[in-house]
Amino acid sequence: MNKQEKERYLRDYGTLKSQGKPFFPYAVAKDSAMAIVVMAVIIAMAIVLGAELGPKADPTSTTYTPRPEWYFFFLFELLRVIKPPALVPLATIGVPTICLILLFLLPFYDRGPERRPERRPIATTAGIFVVCAIGYLTYLGAAAGPPTQIDIPVPANISSQGPEAVANFEAGSQVVAQSGCAACHQFGENGNSGPGPALTDIGARLPAQAIQRTLLNPSAPMPSFSALSEESPKQFAQMVGFLAALK
Amino acid sequence: MAKIKLPAAPSNPLSSPKRPGKEYGPSGVLGHAEEAGASAVDWIDERTSLSGGLRWAMFRKVPKGTNWFYTLGSATMFAFLSQAVTGVFLAMYYDPSATRAYESIQYINNDVFLGEFVHGMHRWGSSVMVILIFLHMGRTFFFGAYKYPRELNWVIGVALLVMTMTMSFSGYLLPFDQRSYWATIVGVNINGTGPLVGPYLSEFLRAGPYFGATTLSRFYAIHMLMVPGAIAALMGFHLYLVAKLGTTAPPWIKAKAPEELREDKVTVDQ
Ligand code: HEM
Repeated sequence: MNKQEKERYLRDYGTLKSQGKPFFPYAVAKDSAMAIVVMAVIIAMAIVLGAELGPKADPTSTTYTPRPEWYFFFLFELLRVIKPPALVPLATIGVPTICLILLFLLPFYDRGPERRPERRPIATTAGIFVVCAIGYLTYLGAAAGPPTQIDIPVPANISSQGPEAVANFEAGSQVVAQSGCAACHQFGENGNSGPGPALTDIGARLPAQAIQRTLLNPSAPMPSFSALSEESPKQFAQMVGFLAALK
Repeated sequence: MAKIKLPAAPSNPLSSPKRPGKEYGPSGVLGHAEEAGASAVDWIDERTSLSGGLRWAMFRKVPKGTNWFYTLGSATMFAFLSQAVTGVFLAMYYDPSATRAYESIQYINNDVFLGEFVHGMHRWGSSVMVILIFLHMGRTFFFGAYKYPRELNWVIGVALLVMTMTMSFSGYLLPFDQRSYWATIVGVNINGTGPLVGPYLSEFLRAGPYFGATTLSRFYAIHMLMVPGAIAALMGFHLYLVAKLGTTAPPWIKAKAPEELREDKVTVDQ
């Protein structure tokens, strides 16, 4: 807006304001009605939905689902959309930071005098696109349940090693399933295809030691399983064994 | 020599003139109560001069066409106040130590009178506030309300948005159940992947290289002292600017000069 447009805006605004009504009591009445609605919604949700607690936090436990509050789903889903490992920092921090900077600076690059949404096609289209994208990503995040079921058939080379190997494989499969790995990794038909890479044939790509190293010292955002390896080395070994057998 | 008559001295220099219409002073209990209230307000105003500011904020005009979309900002503020009040009650029982946090929330839910209700209001109030803040931001965006002269208020608003999301993130850990614990670990790890400041940020959040006993109390301090204090301060500034600049009129409303001032209506006597 140049100087003339600014003055024109202030003049028009002054006219509209002088023709308006006093804040008290007119706007205050509307605001109070809205406040009552907000309060009623919060109270109704508190009564209907309650405030249940899950099981107590346990750093060594293997039954958890790392799920954020629903309004962070869209950020979390961004990790699924952008998959190549080299680009993960871009998804986790890069895109949100750039969006935030764009949001902060909006009044400084969109300086036109026009205010009607239908006459600001770029701003309005961008706004609607962002609303739809956030809505879609939130929906994806809500729909992608945290699967706790992994049904991968016992591979032939394991079943040929006798019943003990089969039992270990199945125990490992259960530990992995309960650990919520499938919330971020795909296992055959089960699990989500991101943010982490698919693990359907991880044993073919990485030797057992490398898998173990990753579990103890993962790259973000994956949590570390070092607590499990100290508290319950047997379960940890079963986990590694199961993953190494996926070929 | 004629003596000049001195004017009569005022009867009592300390008494103020009578209010018009009340020649005989306040009458009855109600009259005295009214008088007492008015003089208490006067007493405060004489020392603070608050009434001018209050008049300025309350009796300013809102432009023609102001509609229900303009209630979203104050609704956000109301949700924040509800969070503050319910949060104070939760803080009376909550214990931010890794060994006691979960049990103290259990105690709130099961034993404190209306405990689960207040806890539920705080939990779901956060969702309501996040929804309202996004709706309010959408309103100001599509109405072009961030343009001259309200640019600064938009910037403050974005800072409020970031801090509201920080509140949600830091509060999510506090119940210390499995879901909140592991989600927060992943969240802190995500922060750690950021360029340059990432590792420092996640180390600050964890209060050390690992998730430990002090992490919880650090999150608690961030959640109930640091961020809400900043939000309250910025909210005050946001509202000051709203009162100072006035709220926008809806963009499709045209300004029309009042009839008697229109150029074609003004006649000049010759
Ligand atoms: C804690 C959060 C917030 C509170 C309590 C709050 C409160 C308010 C209130 C009461 C108004 C008066 C007009 C109205 O209600 O629409 C207002 C106006 C405004 N707010 Fe906010 N707000 C918050 C967050 C935000 C955010 C996130 C943004 C944008 C990024 C924002 C940008 C604005 C702008 C530009 C105006 C001027 C609108 C106009 O004049 O029409 N606010 N805010």
